Amino acid sequence: MRHVIIIGSGPAGYTAAIYAARANLEPLVIASSVEFGGELMKTTEVENFPGFPEGIMGPDLMTKMQQQAERFGAEIVYDDVVSLELEGPVKSVTLGNGDRHEAHAVIFATGSAYRKLGIADEERLSGYGVSWCATCDGAFFRQKTVAVVGGGDSAMEEATFLTRFADKVYVIHRSETLRASAAMQDRATNDPKIEFVFNKTVEHIYGSDLVTGVGLVDTVTGEESTLDVSGLFIAIGADPRTHLVHGVLDLTEHGTIAVDGRSSRTSVEGVFAAGDVVDPTYRQAITAAGSGTVAALDAQHYLEGLHDATRETAAAAV
Amino acid sequence: MSTRDVTDATFEQEVLNSEKTIMVDFWAEWCGPCRAVSPILDAIASENADKIEIVKLNVDDNPATAMKYQITSIPAMKVFKGGEVVKTVIGAKPKPALEADLAEFLA
Repeated sequence: MRHVIIIGSGPAGYTAAIYAARANLEPLVIASSVEFGGELMKTTEVENFPGFPEGIMGPDLMTKMQQQAERFGAEIVYDDVVSLELEGPVKSVTLGNGDRHEAHAVIFATGSAYRKLGIADEERLSGYGVSWCATCDGAFFRQKTVAVVGGGDSAMEEATFLTRFADKVYVIHRSETLRASAAMQDRATNDPKIEFVFNKTVEHIYGSDLVTGVGLVDTVTGEESTLDVSGLFIAIGADPRTHLVHGVLDLTEHGTIAVDGRSSRTSVEGVFAAGDVVDPTYRQAITAAGSGTVAALDAQHYLEGLHDATRETAAAAV
Repeated sequence: MSTRDVTDATFEQEVLNSEKTIMVDFWAEWCGPCRAVSPILDAIASENADKIEIVKLNVDDNPATAMKYQITSIPAMKVFKGGEVVKTVIGAKPKPALEADLAEFLA
């Protein structure tokens, strides 16, 4: 039986692991088989994580966090959780390889998953021009015309990154106001290869084997138009990854896991949540890391309470 | 057994003319999901050595082959039989999911 199992290996999961390991809780981190390190594994330069004045590559930052957690005794397993039992004093976690692990406490830090447009042919052409990761796929669009859908920081980052390869990058956004930070907006709007297409939604993706274009609808006039592109990069946000705990943990109206005030305590005793899965608002690497700290300290406090209770019971029995 | 590399120069001989069922993992150094799926492919290859061979092609070093097979997203895994592509799997997936995708070749 473990003290604590941490599910997730982004900034929240690894920071929780660093704190739990330093508190001698010997945490087991279930890091995922192919998405370990979380969303930052798909980014390039991270310029806003404190302590790295020259910036740091996302995957390098995550490797450092992993090494820091391991240095203090965290054990990391590269597999996926397929089922969970969270109620009762003993929590259990079953992995893709069939292994089952038990612990007194669980920290849930599964982050979020890219949102899809939800239109026909999106799935069929995924990997054939439709992509959610410019850093992974951008290089295949040398001297091509591509489009990015979205108006937030990640859309600006994808568009700016794509200008390294593509001749032309359209940014399609459903309104006229971008949600992206001023710095990211400025970089994109000043880029001669980037052209904004405002007040449009993507309703169709064309192409038999590979993407050849998109069909747009004007959100103001309803007018339809098409744009010839070889690639469509979707950056319209992400949804908290909560499918493992539906019906078990209370969720908020935003779909994130509900926690008690500024703590990480969920609706089930001994279960704590941290990172993007509890945060519909800020969703930054550093806020996730901070929230991982909170979860580790809450779990530590909970485990100490259990320990004291056991000792009192033992003393009463004597 | 670690999977070996094929190149633009060796592709025809080693993949297209292969008598075995052979899967090519199109990957690149800078692709995080490629690095994540690589040990899973090594495991599948060694557990199924009698049924399928798995080789890797670096798309940066071998653009001609990557272009010929219209790679626009990596990792892209293409299964070849008798010189023809018979299956394409795109994106890093957990081992059970990949095994399910490749079930017909691992049986």
